[in-house]
Amino acid sequence: MGGREAVRIALQNIRANKLRAFFTVLGTVVGVTFLIAVITLLKGMDAYMKEEFAGRIYGHNTVLVRRVPEMSSEPVTEATWREWMRRPLWTHEDAEWLAANVRTPGMLAYAYDETGRVSDGRGREVSGVRVVGGSANWFAIRDLEFEAGRPFSRHEADRGVAVVVLGRDVADPLFPGRNPVGQTVRIHGFPYRVVGVMEKQGTLFGMSMDRVAIVPIKGPANGALFAYNSVEDISFKVPETPLMEEAQSELIGLGRTLRGLRPAEENNFSVETAESSLGFWNRVAGFMLMALPALVSISLLVGAVVIMNIMLVSVSQRTREIGIRKSLGARRKDVLMQFMIEAGTLSGVGGLVGIGLGIGLAQLVTAISPLPARVSGGAIALAIFLGIGVGLAAGVYPAWRASRLDPIVALRSE
Amino acid sequence: MTPPIILARGLEKHYDLGAETVRALRGVDLEIHRNEYVAIMGPSGSGKSTFMNLIGCLDTPSGGEYVLNGHPVAGMSDNELARVRNREIGFVFQTFNLLPRSTALENVELPLVYAGLGKGERRRRAREALEHVGLGDRMDHRPNQLSGGQRQRVAIARALVTRPSIILADEPTGNLDSVTSEEIMGLFARLHDEGQTIIMVTHEPDIASHAERVVTLRDGRIESDRRQTPVAPGVEWGHLPAAAEA
Repeated sequence: MGGREAVRIALQNIRANKLRAFFTVLGTVVGVTFLIAVITLLKGMDAYMKEEFAGRIYGHNTVLVRRVPEMSSEPVTEATWREWMRRPLWTHEDAEWLAANVRTPGMLAYAYDETGRVSDGRGREVSGVRVVGGSANWFAIRDLEFEAGRPFSRHEADRGVAVVVLGRDVADPLFPGRNPVGQTVRIHGFPYRVVGVMEKQGTLFGMSMDRVAIVPIKGPANGALFAYNSVEDISFKVPETPLMEEAQSELIGLGRTLRGLRPAEENNFSVETAESSLGFWNRVAGFMLMALPALVSISLLVGAVVIMNIMLVSVSQRTREIGIRKSLGARRKDVLMQFMIEAGTLSGVGGLVGIGLGIGLAQLVTAISPLPARVSGGAIALAIFLGIGVGLAAGVYPAWRASRLDPIVALRSE
Repeated sequence: MTPPIILARGLEKHYDLGAETVRALRGVDLEIHRNEYVAIMGPSGSGKSTFMNLIGCLDTPSGGEYVLNGHPVAGMSDNELARVRNREIGFVFQTFNLLPRSTALENVELPLVYAGLGKGERRRRAREALEHVGLGDRMDHRPNQLSGGQRQRVAIARALVTRPSIILADEPTGNLDSVTSEEIMGLFARLHDEGQTIIMVTHEPDIASHAERVVTLRDGRIESDRRQTPVAPGVEWGHLPAAAEA
């Protein structure tokens, strides 16, 4: 008997016993639904971490040189922390020396961040603003869109002209209904002229990315809001990903030269990339991608037991049919195949329903929470494989029982 | 003389029931030739069901020899028995044994599915067989949409479709009224005229009277084996009274 014939018979039997079929595959449907939902959400979070989170903090194809790591993939001990705090600060001159000496193609920018208040000098004020002091290339290594105006120029950056680019969450409350470009704001008491407003960027883990003000690092804030002549992070952006490694090792080398470190001494600065900083997340995600589906698979196990039970009932109810088939020349193999394919088809259909429901569930979670979802082909393939596999595994024993029935006894049964 | 279709020599069948052994067949010798029409009779417990199971290759003998159309059956594996059942034997059962959810056509196709024939060929031969038993207009009916006589005709078409060496009928009229029984006997008579070998197990003398040879079993042995002039069925095939179609 051909496989197609068996699938046809299986589908016919499913149609004939819709309710029973539904209960039979309920476990499989639930298992596959949650499997798909969990993987879809995890993959979504993973993509979010890699593309949005790390991408926005570090920038694409960017090596970050700092005094202490921006993100640590290891738990930080007190000893580590003390060592970090003893490290020298980076200075404007250090950063410029790195820019002048690095040979890997790329562009270097440096910055200092501090939280501060921005006011319009006439009573309106926004506090908790991330005030970034950027060097000349700060905008050049980022893809930021402007809603109005422009970024500060190289000239303004180098000379430390008091100009500022505002984020929407600063510009909107200060200048409701008005164009902020050309207006003056006060940062840490110093007047700054607004030259541009950036487009809305949204939130990152609930934090506004638009509550920012970007000023030249050498402006009046240097030594007032920002530690004098200090740099918090030095970003080096390479034109293409394969250069990342080269840039990373060259910057470590230059950094050590600049600091005069001997070969035995540890780096007293950190060099990170988006990828290296995600080590911790990758471990968490990897573990969850193994553990959560494994947990969910327990429901598939329950589903398999249910399928096995119902298939056993089905075999005993259809003993007569098996006898008829055997009398007409069905071999053990034919009967075995028929019931295996029936179980596989049944749970395969359950798997497909589960995939649909799982994607739906993931979309629902995405709609009502900030968790992103990403449907992956791998998850769907896994679900189909598991769905059919559950049926086949559960079908083996009942099908074997069916195939072993004595045709004489089977024909005599009612 | 051509070799017999069925050759049984010293056929024995024992069943172990724990402490005691039931000897259902105690040495049966029988030859049946091509195009014979044989009725096998006997009271219950005579061993006729056991004998039929052996002839039908549903079971293997405990002793003796059974050759079906040149195939020695004793010692065959399950798969070989299934193959012989598929190719050599067309079963007709008392309770019809049709698959209830399949149409007449699908039921008749079933043995050909196990014979490994392609769909087109199966369809063609199943239609042919159904037309042969006068059910050309009932192919897409399910068993519960057919009368008892029609169901048995579907079963006969299913038995014929593989062009088997023997038709093996077990009480083929046991569930039918007398008019319909005669109709089925009329169909058997025609199949016999066309050259088919028919072996029919029955306990009804009326039904056995249509065969040309009657073998009677008693206590696991052949009691008598006599030839007779078959009685023509009361309903000749093709001239069915209206009542028979109801």
